[in-house]
Amino acid sequence: MSGAAVPVESPLRRFCAQFAESRLALVGLAMLVAVVLVALLAPVISPQNPYDLGKLDLMDARLPPGEPAAGGGMTYLLGTDGQGRDMLSAIFYGLRVSLYVGVASGVIALTLGAVLGVLAAYVGGRFEAVLMRIVDIQLGFPAILVALILLAVLGKGVDKIIIALVAVQWAYYARTARSAALVERNKEYIEAARGLKLSPVRIVLRHLLPNALPPLIVVGTVQVAHAIALEATLSFLGLGLPTTEPSLGLLIANGYEYLLSGKYWISVYPGVALLLTILSINLVGDQLRDVLNPRLAR
Amino acid sequence: MTLLVVDDLQTEFATRDGVLRAVQGVSFALARGQVLGLVGESGSGKSVTGFSILGLIDPPGRISGGSVKFDGQELVGQPENTLRRLRGKRIAMIFQDPMMTLNPVLSIETQMVETVLAHERVGRVVARERAIESLGRVGIAEPAARLPQYPHQFSGGMRQRVAIAIALLNRPDLVIADEPTTALDVTVQGQILYEMQKLVREAGSALIWITHDLAVIAGLADRVAVMYAGRIVEEGPVAAVLDAPRHPYTRGLLDSVPANNVAADGTQARRLRQIPGMTPSLLKLAPGCAFRERCDRADAACAQMPDLRAAGGRSVRCVHPLAEQIA
Amino acid sequence: MSVAGGSTAESASRPRDASAPDAAVLLEFDGVSKRFTRRLDFVERLAARLGADVRESTVHAVDRVSLAVREGEVVGLVGESGCGKSTLGRIGCGLYEPTDGVVRYRGQALQRAGRPAVQMIFQDPFASLNPRMRIRDIVGEAPQVHGLIDAAGVDAYVADLLQRVGLDPSYARRYPHQFSGGQRARIGIARALAVKPEFLICDEAVAALDVSIQAQVLNLFMDLREQLGLTYLFISHDLGVVRHLSHRVVVMYLGRVVETAPTRELFAAPAHPYAQALLAEVPRLDRKRRTYVPIRGEIPSPLNPPSGCHFHPRCPHAMARCSVEVPVLCCGRLRGGGGRRVI
Repeated sequence: MSGAAVPVESPLRRFCAQFAESRLALVGLAMLVAVVLVALLAPVISPQNPYDLGKLDLMDARLPPGEPAAGGGMTYLLGTDGQGRDMLSAIFYGLRVSLYVGVASGVIALTLGAVLGVLAAYVGGRFEAVLMRIVDIQLGFPAILVALILLAVLGKGVDKIIIALVAVQWAYYARTARSAALVERNKEYIEAARGLKLSPVRIVLRHLLPNALPPLIVVGTVQVAHAIALEATLSFLGLGLPTTEPSLGLLIANGYEYLLSGKYWISVYPGVALLLTILSINLVGDQLRDVLNPRLAR
Repeated sequence: MTLLVVDDLQTEFATRDGVLRAVQGVSFALARGQVLGLVGESGSGKSVTGFSILGLIDPPGRISGGSVKFDGQELVGQPENTLRRLRGKRIAMIFQDPMMTLNPVLSIETQMVETVLAHERVGRVVARERAIESLGRVGIAEPAARLPQYPHQFSGGMRQRVAIAIALLNRPDLVIADEPTTALDVTVQGQILYEMQKLVREAGSALIWITHDLAVIAGLADRVAVMYAGRIVEEGPVAAVLDAPRHPYTRGLLDSVPANNVAADGTQARRLRQIPGMTPSLLKLAPGCAFRERCDRADAACAQMPDLRAAGGRSVRCVHPLAEQIA
Repeated sequence: MSVAGGSTAESASRPRDASAPDAAVLLEFDGVSKRFTRRLDFVERLAARLGADVRESTVHAVDRVSLAVREGEVVGLVGESGCGKSTLGRIGCGLYEPTDGVVRYRGQALQRAGRPAVQMIFQDPFASLNPRMRIRDIVGEAPQVHGLIDAAGVDAYVADLLQRVGLDPSYARRYPHQFSGGQRARIGIARALAVKPEFLICDEAVAALDVSIQAQVLNLFMDLREQLGLTYLFISHDLGVVRHLSHRVVVMYLGRVVETAPTRELFAAPAHPYAQALLAEVPRLDRKRRTYVPIRGEIPSPLNPPSGCHFHPRCPHAMARCSVEVPVLCCGRLRGGGGRRVI
């Protein structure tokens, strides 16, 4: 046999190389990394802790961008809101909350949906039929409606909104996971595993699940963006998150009343931050989808 | 008279790992009514040659050299509009998967009528009549009834016949068939080969049949060209090449076929004669003859890529060709 | 016409003449049928009750097949699409349960768990390997699970198997996408051999390979058979390959066995009209510029097979009886009872 020494090319390395083929996706990835870093390091890099009510000075309220603080000490780079909070700091903290809510709900929904979906595909029968009908019914309702109803019942709080977002998203993951698992289940390597008399548990976990994952990852990235947008909408409407931990949506809501009086920065800058976040997630998600699409297999 | 002259055709693809030269200097000529078999295994460049003739190579691939003259007209470098007028009208292609020809959401009638109307100014009624006639010619029973149906209502073999019917609708001068029967059952293949033979005879079309199956070529073609690693390594009349191959690769291919390992008294040899090794990667071709690594006749002289040398109506690309053998 | 008794020339060219009648029967299909029924779901049942023309559709993949393979034999199973040969193969290694009839291995029912004695080699070298597992794990997983080797011995065991199938053992750490089609076919064989089976069912195992690679893999099959004493059921649509490898050939059409005979006899003088047509249709290198004379008609769909003898709509010798009576497989050749042109 030819002895040419080809390095072991793991799927991961090949994946990274293919991902990097799109400039746009790399830009998106860079933005996303920046967003995540900002969110993680918010307490460290913010000029001010916007939720420490003791530190706020009402005299500084509604200052335009670039104005110094009344008592000296800092410049409000993006202005202040109605309570005198530094917008830059508020946006950093808001990003933190938004990302946390989006990612947490996404991860939980993915896990729940993936397990149920793959199980449904492998077990089949009545379990699958019932589960899929529930999924269909749930997906027939507008996400906002379901979330609104749940939050009206559950009340305010970060954990409550995560629950609501999970409830809205799990069905989508379940359906995707089931489709992917169904396709994989009929492939010959699964038949081979069954022919080798490996246990069903091992087949599902070791063979089926890893190969059903790629479509879920793609759905996952896009869904995180949706979740963030959905949470922003809910916060804008006054549900979900308390004012003590505002997300970007709530910040936008807070500044809404000032828009017409020319104090745009209170709404617009959080809005831009939200836009950039969602845009970067979508750019990365698009390239992920193309790279992981077996039909475009290279 | 010569219909198609391919001269030193070169096609390459830009891939992440380098430039893949799929076709490296292929030349052949085809007269009207002639059937040429283009034979090779995967990676030989036979399909890419077929696509290149029709100008169906999309980026990252491109025709990087050579010429294709169809009825005196140069095809390489022509604008898309010119090629489009030729495709479907004077040159037609049949693909391995009939669903590459057929649109699953349109009825056969729509697709066939569209094909006719795209190239001729006739009424819909006339186009429809032609479609029915074409379907009948490829052996589909009750063509008028089946015309409004959709591709999914036909079996695999029938779909391929419909694809052939579409290819032949406008009575093209040249038909390029890329492995159309490879995925089909033997009995269906037999039917399709029968249709193709009849149609080529009747219409006087030239046919290029691309395949890896030498046995099909034996029954169908006038001339055969064997491709290996992007080049033609042997070419000549079918009977001559198959009975007395001159290139070691052709000999190896013929030897590998189980049917050729039957002794005179009908007993089967236990082991098939095999060509050792594998087809080289087109990205990492060493200089010299591409078959060198696998050839038991190779020596230092093979470090130079041999030219295609013609002799007595045949050509072979080898410095140590097999001598003419008594059958 | 018993299976035993090839000429001496034949037994010399086919090693270990397996047609000795005292060889044990390894795999036996006894009246096996397999039907795939797509049941109506809730909505369709409702529609049916309201009068819509919705019915359960049943695919008759395999219909009352009885076949016994003895130790050391190579049995070739041929037929075209829809004939059920792949389904039969999968029933043989336990991937499907027969709807009727029994499958036995060495007289016992096929076991659901534990080290399998029957292994399958699949057609598609690309889809038959888990793209996310290294070769070492693909080959080494099952023998570990079944206790043939322990974790420490995996590398050596896998290396030995890879060498046996003609691959460089240093490739064990690579992933399937880094190999060519022929190499993947060999990996599939290594995986099957890892559990030390006695019986291999090859389902179109060489169909997707280039001719020159095909020859290599076929030679590998024969070498392995000699070295390891394996028995094969070789499913293929390629008559040339089957003729080369098999001692005995079984021809199927639309779920039924229509003819079975020792290889030499079948290819010399096929008895059933379908077998005759099949052999006549195969393009042959020595028949130049032949004119093709096809069989009429299309292969019927297994959803709706013709009544009586399945082949009667296309058979040049069909009589009235053929659409009514199902012929019985008798003495290795199909007999419709008198009136048939065939013996």
